[in-house]
Amino acid sequence: MTTMEKTANVPEPRAGDDTAPLLEVRDLHVEFHTRDGVAKAVNGVNYSVSAGETLAVLGESGSGKSVTAQAIMGILDMPPGKIPQGEILFRGQDMLKMSGEERRKIRGSKIAMIFQDALSSLNPVLSVGYQLGEMYRVHQGLSKKEAKAKAIDLMDRVRIPAAKERVNDYPHQFSGGMRQRIMIAMALALEPDLIIADEPTTALDVTVQAQVMDLLAELQREYNMGLILITHDLGVVADVADKIAVMYAGRIVETAPVGELYKRPAHPYTRGLLDSIPRLDQKGQELYAIKGLPPNLLHIPTGCAFNPRCPKATDLCRTDIPALHQVTEKDGAELAGRGSACHFWKETIHG
Amino acid sequence: MAENSKKSEAVDATPNVSEVEVSDASTTAEVEAVLDAPVERGEPILQVRNLVKHFPLTQGILFKKQVGAVKAVDGVSFDLYQGETLGIVGESGCGKSTVAKLLMTLETATSGEVFYKGQDITKLSGRALKAVRRNIQMVFQDPYTSLNPRMTVGDIIGEPFEIHPEVAPKGDRRKRVQELLDVVGLNPEYINRYPHQFSGGQRQRIGIARGLALNPEIIICDEPVSALDVSVQAQVVNLMEKLQDEFNLSYVFIAHDLSIVRHISDRVGVMYLGKMAEIGTDSEIYDHPTHPYTQALLSAVPVPDPDAREGRERIILTGDVPSPANPPSGCRFRTRCWKAEDKCAQEVPLLAVPEVFAGKKTPAAHESACHFAEEKQVVGAA
Repeated sequence: MTTMEKTANVPEPRAGDDTAPLLEVRDLHVEFHTRDGVAKAVNGVNYSVSAGETLAVLGESGSGKSVTAQAIMGILDMPPGKIPQGEILFRGQDMLKMSGEERRKIRGSKIAMIFQDALSSLNPVLSVGYQLGEMYRVHQGLSKKEAKAKAIDLMDRVRIPAAKERVNDYPHQFSGGMRQRIMIAMALALEPDLIIADEPTTALDVTVQAQVMDLLAELQREYNMGLILITHDLGVVADVADKIAVMYAGRIVETAPVGELYKRPAHPYTRGLLDSIPRLDQKGQELYAIKGLPPNLLHIPTGCAFNPRCPKATDLCRTDIPALHQVTEKDGAELAGRGSACHFWKETIHG
Repeated sequence: MAENSKKSEAVDATPNVSEVEVSDASTTAEVEAVLDAPVERGEPILQVRNLVKHFPLTQGILFKKQVGAVKAVDGVSFDLYQGETLGIVGESGCGKSTVAKLLMTLETATSGEVFYKGQDITKLSGRALKAVRRNIQMVFQDPYTSLNPRMTVGDIIGEPFEIHPEVAPKGDRRKRVQELLDVVGLNPEYINRYPHQFSGGQRQRIGIARGLALNPEIIICDEPVSALDVSVQAQVVNLMEKLQDEFNLSYVFIAHDLSIVRHISDRVGVMYLGKMAEIGTDSEIYDHPTHPYTQALLSAVPVPDPDAREGRERIILTGDVPSPANPPSGCRFRTRCWKAEDKCAQEVPLLAVPEVFAGKKTPAAHESACHFAEEKQVVGAA
């Protein structure tokens, strides 16, 4: 079958995979100039993803997680958006300094994105086969006929039943889970090195969510892709992520490998999020709730942005912005990959 | 068989379908008197029997003829007791929101009854229906679209008083609205603001205040927290629990987030394609599910614990929910069920305590609509 051929020639060695990260975001800032003032959506984000690795970016709405992803993809609305400083290195090259033409070559073929709402991300007046084939026609210059054959292959690969018969169907004729599979197929079309999935299963039911996440994880293994998973669901993160970056008000407040984060959060915000999940033994009791509301990005509080909602805030938190500290064990041994942007991370993690 | 077990159960647990005491009030005044009478804690306040809602599918423009029906709700029965929270879970399209609308009499039922204090509200009209509607209120899912953007918060929360002026005389209304704002944790000075000036969580509080305005006895919550951020969800769930104690409310809590439903509910019903698949107390459903659909649903929930990633067994269902316009014969779940046999295609399983568990005193002995119901430990799913 065609699927077999595809998988056979895919995991070709990729240059310089082993040491250097695939993508590195350094001190990225994004702001939006609006009538009401400057909204600082992203304020100095750093993260990196290697091939085959899954980075989960966790945060509430307005925390800047999607804006960061859009900046990486280069699909940010500019204006009103603006990137005053920062670097986005893809295989060591700064994408922000590239020309539009160079970026277009990367977008889709090297870095692809899966959007949250498949119904509004697909064009309702074009058949899914045409939309899938567009990737090949535009990037590889294939003919219409060849592109359609490739589209059928793709639909097979994401396990859409009866792909041949359904290739000429329109998005509304597919169910939510199938539509999301088409989105995944579109992202996979050119076998990119990195996939950014922005809340890929938020609009789906749990049983379908399990199917889609399984498929995504399997394809990632098969192609040894890097995956940035943007989500607010702590359950999904625990299931698939390797490492986690927690965002709050445009900043990364904590980074950690997945197991560590759930066991010993080192930032009060992460701890609050974990505590507000209903647990069995708390039945009938009041849930822990982080008081207050997420900050308005036009008026981010001074000092640590979380200080008005934090139970441990002191005067220091209201004046000084905490840097992302390296988290260590009690005896001073460094914990690999762990960081916390809290003045009192020691107290938070070690009690 | 099911009858027997129900009797033995009645001692320690509340049966899910109890005897309906139909009130014999005939005149409107009598009906209103019945509706005003309080119900004691633990007594059934709302009894739903064989509720059916079919939406007709028509063809033709001038001479419409019915070519079929979307069987959104197809024979659902349950009781709601005073002071309890009944959770209803299920995937999208299983009919849970249609049940909510039927309970609110926003839709007319195709057949079946909804007894509120012994009165069948599907047959009421005029003043009696208005009195029922005062006592059953609703909180909607999306706080962004369920509030009129051109009305101030005071107008939104005060609007119920215009339809039911007997609850608050005209002079008192403003004060009453401010009290309500205070109750749901908003500043009473916000009375002249518009919905767009509030965040999602605050808007949902406004929606809850509007639901509380007429001192209802039952509040039907249709996915009240699913549109909110994680850190705000907990605040709203806490508020709803506090209000339940304070005003002695009964909730029907519809949601797809299984962990929140477990936290807030006393009993849980699982719906699939217009039918109730399984119903029981929260620990019966979550710790001892006997219906394969419930087991699959619980195992599919991502657990916020990375250590459980390897160990737990997940049942991944294949395919999608079939169309409710043309549901499978027999058991509706059989097309996705790994246990399905010929019997499942022919006989519709009844919602009753399965024979294997009947009379036994195990938590698995609760009502489950499956021919081959059995316990299967599903790890996790808090």
